[in-house]
Amino acid sequence: MLNRSKQKTKLTERSPEDRRKDFLEVNDGYTFTEAVSEADRCLQCRNAPCIQGCPVAIDIPGFIKAIQEKDLERSWEILYTTNQLPAICGRVCPQEKQCEERCTVGKIKDSEPVAIGRLERFTADWKRKAGFTPVTIEVTKPEKIAVVGSGPAGLTVASELAKNGYAVDLFEALHAPGGVLTYGIPEFRLPKEIVRAEIEGIRQLGVSLRTDLIVGKTIYFDEIRQKYRAVFLGIGAGAPKFMGVSGTNLNGIFSASEFLTRVNLMKAFRFPYADTPITIGKHVIVVGGGNVAMDAARSAMRLGAQTVTIVYRRTETELPARWEEYHHAIEEGIRFRWLSNPIAYLPGPDFRVTGARIQKMGLGDPDASGRRKPVPLPGVEETLDCDCVIEAIGQSAHRILSEGFKEVRLNRYGYIEVDPETLMTSVPGVFAGGDIVTGAATVIEAMGAGKTAAKGIMRYLTAIA
Amino acid sequence: MTPAIEPTQESVFTIREIAPKIFDMTIVSSTEEGSAALISKHAKAGQFVMIRGGEEAERIPLTIAQTEPEKRAVRLIFQVAGTSTHKLSLLKPGDPVLNLAGPLGKPSEIVEGKKVLVIGGGVGIAAILPIARELYHAGNEVTVVLGARTTALLILKDEFAQISHHLTLCTDDGSEGRKGFVTDAIKDLVAYRGVYDVGWAVGPTIMMKMCSEIAKQLDFPLWTSLNPIMVDGTGMCGGCRVLVGDEVFFACVDGPEFDGRLVDWDNLMLRQKQFKNEEADSYHHCRLEDQLNSR
Repeated sequence: MLNRSKQKTKLTERSPEDRRKDFLEVNDGYTFTEAVSEADRCLQCRNAPCIQGCPVAIDIPGFIKAIQEKDLERSWEILYTTNQLPAICGRVCPQEKQCEERCTVGKIKDSEPVAIGRLERFTADWKRKAGFTPVTIEVTKPEKIAVVGSGPAGLTVASELAKNGYAVDLFEALHAPGGVLTYGIPEFRLPKEIVRAEIEGIRQLGVSLRTDLIVGKTIYFDEIRQKYRAVFLGIGAGAPKFMGVSGTNLNGIFSASEFLTRVNLMKAFRFPYADTPITIGKHVIVVGGGNVAMDAARSAMRLGAQTVTIVYRRTETELPARWEEYHHAIEEGIRFRWLSNPIAYLPGPDFRVTGARIQKMGLGDPDASGRRKPVPLPGVEETLDCDCVIEAIGQSAHRILSEGFKEVRLNRYGYIEVDPETLMTSVPGVFAGGDIVTGAATVIEAMGAGKTAAKGIMRYLTAIA
Repeated sequence: MTPAIEPTQESVFTIREIAPKIFDMTIVSSTEEGSAALISKHAKAGQFVMIRGGEEAERIPLTIAQTEPEKRAVRLIFQVAGTSTHKLSLLKPGDPVLNLAGPLGKPSEIVEGKKVLVIGGGVGIAAILPIARELYHAGNEVTVVLGARTTALLILKDEFAQISHHLTLCTDDGSEGRKGFVTDAIKDLVAYRGVYDVGWAVGPTIMMKMCSEIAKQLDFPLWTSLNPIMVDGTGMCGGCRVLVGDEVFFACVDGPEFDGRLVDWDNLMLRQKQFKNEEADSYHHCRLEDQLNSR
């Protein structure tokens, strides 16, 4: 029965006061009744504009129709045919810029789109709790393929190839798989138990996962190329950028990558039960306006900071973070200082940072990204007291890359050049996708690249066979 | 549910306390594909591994002391300085090693036919062993100076005796060799034998700093292996950033060796203390757990 409500079915969120104290999720997702009610808002459009908004082209009306019919097993089957990481995507995809942006219901005056992301999470969470029966697929193809990097791109390539009968070895440099899903996105936004479960599903398809192996170091690139008929490089944009202002090497100043890796991968939030420490000050400044900045700020708050201030050089209008994350950050008491850019960090007597000198900015003409460019207002400066600074201003290409894979052609930003259709690099049989090609982007875009690369690899293997 | 990670292929082959709190450990792989096997095949002098002593343990960098590819073995020598090294020291022969990754960092730039100086201090003596070995086999004239607080801590003397042309030992308390610091010995050596073409120094940060000052005065390049705090060891976090010639480098991927004459040593020493309080808490917590477990 069609639900004509103009608003998404409301989701009960935990109070910000409670959330600030722990690393549990903001909400528990839809109940069965709520999910069916929300699914009933879907018009089942025949042209399905939502699918065109999805980088991996999930049959969205299909899995939602099954929820309408209360056939959750069917909903799961439809979802899992296309997407091996649905509980992850349901949580971290920017649906508001993808499927939900195209949703017909959302085009109706004053109406919100169908909550596709929440429904995806609902079906995936239901299946995980109900009991996931792994599917093992037999290897039917003679060629072995190496996938380097077990983040969203690598996991997708590996699962697509395994589903098509190829033997896949998946290599991860760190001690735990998942890439950014594991070291980058915090527990309260993406519980690691879910990451582990969905990766386990991919391993069950027959993908062989090897951690603690750094391709280019533990095994040379040449050796990998000799041993495998095709190679996929999904190694991410891992190297943190720093502002480079004076005082960057003071104690108490972290890249967001270090801060989040300590907290997420090394579980510093459980210190001293986990051995890796993090020092969190009383007054924390986070530099940047993306999702990583929101993640770092909200983590710092949960670790006991008294104040957390996000310093961003543009304004709320230009903020690149998802609206939902920004909104959660505000609820949790994160402060925002717009049109502000650090120009120096000030040292205390013990070499710890005690403050940040801030240059106030104005907005000029739009730049290449279409957003108005921040320009310094000469002489307008202020000092913010702080004892911890987290710089979340982006990442660049991993440095081991240029040493380890000399043959692969890079562009001027240090990212790998690929054929846009097949994602093959300048070296035949070597493919690449995800952040190492595009620069830092989203989980789902990396997964979309994984799908494209898997097709490219299969076409290549068929052609040379 | 099956574990999310393939079962470990690494185990401790031998572990021995060769000096108070200094452990000499060899890790072997059960297969050719194991980490120790692959590291032993690919490692070069000057490189390090990342290792974890347990499920909740930190990732810590340890310089590779020796590799034996035919035995699929990696030898690591470490001093117990906190929780992570304490946990490693508790491992027994046959115990699995949870995570071992490497070889990381850039290899030493081994020269040929030169007059070279190799300085090791404390547990850094172990880290400089493979560098001295390579230099010796590459046909250099190798002078080795080893220093420690006292004779019991002066490790690996016999091994160095076989791969050096001149060997000078020093102890702070005079219990073996010259009494005094390695820096005094270096000044004398240069006075008698002339200046060196190039040198290496690995040891406590303060020792590397003092040696670098001498190298600066005497005008010869001195490679020092920097040991800032690391998390991943693969260039991903930037925690190990060091200032060399006023430029920021990541020790894990750009180093760990840098010309000591250009290193901002004071900055490195201050950054090494970043988690001093937390490290003390962690070690305390870890020792309490030991006591509980031993009951």
